Amino acid sequence: MHEMSLVEGIRAIVEDQSHTHAFTRVTRLRLEIGRFAGVEKQALEFAWDEVMRGCVAEGAKLEIIVLPGQAMCFDCARMIEINDRFDPCPLCGGGKLLPQGGNEMRIKDMEVL
Amino acid sequence: MCAVCGCHDVPTFDAKPAMLPFANVLAQPAKPLFQNDKHNYHYGKGAAEVSVPGMSQARLIEVETAILSKNDALAAGNRRVLTALRVLALNLVSSPGSGKTTLLCRTIEALGDAPLAVIEGDQQTSNDADRIRATGAKAIQINTGKGCHLDAQMVGHAMDDLRPRPNSYLFIENVGNLVCPAGFDLGEDAKVAILSVTEGEDKPLKYPDIFTAAKLAILTKIDLAPHCDADLDAYDANLRRVNPKIDILRLSSRTGEGMAGWLDWLKTHLAAKA
Repeated sequence: MHEMSLVEGIRAIVEDQSHTHAFTRVTRLRLEIGRFAGVEKQALEFAWDEVMRGCVAEGAKLEIIVLPGQAMCFDCARMIEINDRFDPCPLCGGGKLLPQGGNEMRIKDMEVL
Repeated sequence: MCAVCGCHDVPTFDAKPAMLPFANVLAQPAKPLFQNDKHNYHYGKGAAEVSVPGMSQARLIEVETAILSKNDALAAGNRRVLTALRVLALNLVSSPGSGKTTLLCRTIEALGDAPLAVIEGDQQTSNDADRIRATGAKAIQINTGKGCHLDAQMVGHAMDDLRPRPNSYLFIENVGNLVCPAGFDLGEDAKVAILSVTEGEDKPLKYPDIFTAAKLAILTKIDLAPHCDADLDAYDANLRRVNPKIDILRLSSRTGEGMAGWLDWLKTHLAAKA
């Protein structure tokens, strides 16, 4: 997807936080990424090293927590949890599902020095 | 004897490690992971007031911030301006070559005197904005360089220059890309996904995010459908599979077939902003 832009967004947030919380280095950062967010882990990790160079998060370890995907089933009108975008509804087998959660892209927390 | 684990002393961190069965653990440098008073361990009294396995608590900062929060805040600003001006802003997204610019040119001609403005996004050249300006409409070209999508800041800058008139249309033609524009809110009222009949019926399944994010899908170039064995109903079915709520229109910019439905959709949604 747009992993480079995402990491640039993370860098801006980390730099803001470094002023608020007065730290000089990030050693580890955890992201929460929804299953349907369309974020490719490998591309994010590749962009990570490039974009973070020269900022407080250079060399920081990146951890990605994958959040489950939720969808509304238009056949049985219930909220369900699915792993894949095209899984059928586990309750009724219906195929018309509208994702409701799983688009999250959040910085959860970070370990700093 | 300790009632918790059977050791001969109450485990405290200043006890001599050799006396305790936990010697190998306690001999490690003490980390401010938790505080203990005898058998009560307090994990919530560190600097972060929360414990995360493997992380040193004194230096853990909870951020809980959306990665795109800066873009989302700028998009909310654009949306406030557009709402105050009662401008219907549409973010046109598609793969390159689906006919976005041609559809826009025909739409501008068909809308006649209705006030409107256009923001054109491409990696390079002002070809598209030149085509739009040739129709007499106001247009700003944004070249994203290596960027693969428009963001809310670019659109905000373009709006400053375009100064959309009250009760008008703002068409934002995004960079031709079915992936990235799905994630970037520009402050628009709706994303309109454009799909030409030559692209393949399974395209909504291959790029579901953009069609899930769209309020309307327009099937373009339907005059070509008989020549490329396109199954228009299969397009509809696949669009509804990824987004059961999506509106679908079929049209041909070249022959004008179906344009009336698109113009109705535009007028209805502009009226709803008033």
